[in-house]
Order: sequence, then structure tokens, then C-alpha cells
Amino acid sequence: MSEQVTITIDGRELSARRGEKLLWAALRNEIYIPHLCAWPEIEPPEASCRLCYVEIEGRERPVTSCTEPVIEGMVVHTRSPRVDRLVASAFELIMSDHHLNCAKCPQHKRCELQKIARERRLRLRPSRLTALPRRGERDDSLKTIYFDSGRCVLCGRCIWACRELARVGAIGFSRRGYKQAVTTFGDLPLAETACTECGECVEICPVGAFSYKINAGGERESL
Amino acid sequence: MEIGGSEGLLPVEEILSRYRNDREKLIPILQQVQEKLGYLPLAAMERIARAVRVPAVEVYGLATFYNQFRLNPPGDHQIKICMGTACYMVGGQIALDSFERRLQIGEDETTPDRRFSLERVACVGCCTLAPVVVINERVEGKVTPTRVDGILLELGLEGLPEQKNSASEEGGKTP
Repeated sequence: MSEQVTITIDGRELSARRGEKLLWAALRNEIYIPHLCAWPEIEPPEASCRLCYVEIEGRERPVTSCTEPVIEGMVVHTRSPRVDRLVASAFELIMSDHHLNCAKCPQHKRCELQKIARERRLRLRPSRLTALPRRGERDDSLKTIYFDSGRCVLCGRCIWACRELARVGAIGFSRRGYKQAVTTFGDLPLAETACTECGECVEICPVGAFSYKINAGGERESL
Repeated sequence: MEIGGSEGLLPVEEILSRYRNDREKLIPILQQVQEKLGYLPLAAMERIARAVRVPAVEVYGLATFYNQFRLNPPGDHQIKICMGTACYMVGGQIALDSFERRLQIGEDETTPDRRFSLERVACVGCCTLAPVVVINERVEGKVTPTRVDGILLELGLEGLPEQKNSASEEGGKTP
């Protein structure tokens, strides 16, 4: 059913499925574009992290590649001064309230933030903005999983996974602005919700906010 | 945070019966419920979520997103601290901190006896009096921490832990 189209990204000609979002076409062809909130099955895309900007020839301004369907003959540049500026600002905003302590984070070396910083030569520690790390209250109430909101980047992928994959709906966004956070209903501990500890949130979290608990033997706690 | 009992949920059922129970109608439903109950108890939000078939946490997210919704019952005395630009600049935060300390509650909270509730508001419209606090409907200007003690004394606040201390401080300053 899928019709192939030919697009050009950074001078490389490649084929993609018509209608597919540009971000996924690029990633599948090993062209990296930073992204946090995007996930192939999340439709429509949240487009809230503002990291996946690219330039498309003929378009006046950079666009988010997670929302842009590929069309025949599209010519894309993943880097440009405008794109780099937008991505650097968005990344610095995300990092400005991130509780930065990579050495103690279970996602160290697998973290999407570290990957973005490495790929785009950005600093993890904000330089222009004052760092205002969230007061990370760690929810330790579950047996096998914990949530550290200080590490959360508010991408919302866990909320989608909890609803659409786990069919539970124990977590969601609450409040707004600087106080926005992923919480449970009434800010209850996770153990007092419908959470089944299925682990979908841990699997989908791009950083170390939702993590598995590790026991003294270095193994995952089991239920 | 207090969890509302089920006894108060009859008005919620009545309001739900008037709406097509659809996600789109969440905000008007929440507005009506708050108008009826004065605030949005957790039990009411759970009931509404079930009716509209969304996770309860989504209703909670909505109720905490918009300033118009309150999660705690209004106190007998509603204390509103102005955080408009002028009040903010001349110490609105100090007034808020003083109230928080004296009442031992945070912003948007209500004392357990429901006598006082505390919230921040944007400009009240009398910036020359900054920092401004509105007690029920009465406007208080140039509110210093000492004035906070005076206001609470006028409202009959006695017996909270810090009451003795600040009262004697005030007494010490008068002569």
C-alpha cells in the first residue's frame, strides 16, 4: 500500500514512505535529528520539545521534522544557522531546570540528553540561562520502579505509554509553567494509583526520570 | 490535601446529568461544580472523570492548569495577596511569606479549620498602595509583616503557635 517517494536530506538522496513524518525517514537512514517528545506511534505528534527543527527548501522558516510529512522531491537540510540557534535555545531551556547529576543517573551513557549534546556539540549545563533545577521529589512508593521528577524533561511519552500501551492512565501532566510536572491524580504516590508496574513508562522515558529499582545484587527488583 | 466525602457529590450528579458526557464538556462541567461546591474536591473530579471516560489524572491536570479552579475550599476569610508588578516589586512576596508562616499553609491552601484561605492574585488596581492584600472584600495597603500580624489579630486569629511571639513583639514596639 505504501508508495515510495524520493527526498534529499543533507545532499543524500533516499526513499521514504509517502506521508511518513520526515523525522522518522531521516532517523531510519542514520541521519540524526535531535528529538525528545516524538515517538513513531504518537499521533498527532506533540511537537513540544522544539528540538527536531530542519530547513526545507522553499519554506520560509525552519519546521519541526516530527510534524512534516515527506513529499516527492523534498530537499531538507538538518543544519543551518537558524536551526542550530533554535535547537540550542530549546535545549538550553530544557537543561535549565534539569537536575543534572549524570554520574548517579541510571541512564548515564544511554541518555537522550547526552546524545543530543554530543551530536550537536551543546553543553549539558546551561551557560546563558540560570540553572533552576526542579526540586526532585523522588516517588519511591512502587516496588520495582521509581520516578524522579527532577530528571523529567516533560516530553509526555510516559503519559502516552501509560494510557495507550498499558491502558492504565495512572499519570498525566499537572500544573503549568515552571511548576508543570508529570504526576498522579491528586499527587498521590504511584503505589496508591492503578499502576501495575508494567514498565512501559521506563522503557519509553528518554532520560532517567522513570527507572527500574536495582537491588543489592545489581539486578532489577521483581514484583 | 483533603479528599471530599461522597455526601457532597449529589450536586455533581445533577450537573453531569445536564451535559452530554463528553471530554469537550470537561471545562464547563468543572466550572459548574466549582460554582456549586466552592471548590473541586478530589472525589468530585474522580466522579467527573468516570462520567466523561478519561483518566482521573486528566481532570486533575485540567483543574491544576487553570487558575480559575481551586482544589481547596475557600476559607471564611479569603486572603488574596496581590502579585501585580508594583506589589511584586515592593515586597508582595514578603507579605505572602508572612501569611504562609502565620497560618502555616501555602499558597492556594486553606487552614484545616477552614477559617482562612490564601491565594495570590494579579493586579487589584490600586498600585499606589502596594503591596496590597485583599481580605474578603476589603483592601489593605502597604502591608508589612507587622501589618500581617495586625490583620490576623483583627480577624480573631488566636492560638496558633506563633501568635504569642509576634503579639509580644508588637507589644514591645508600641511604647
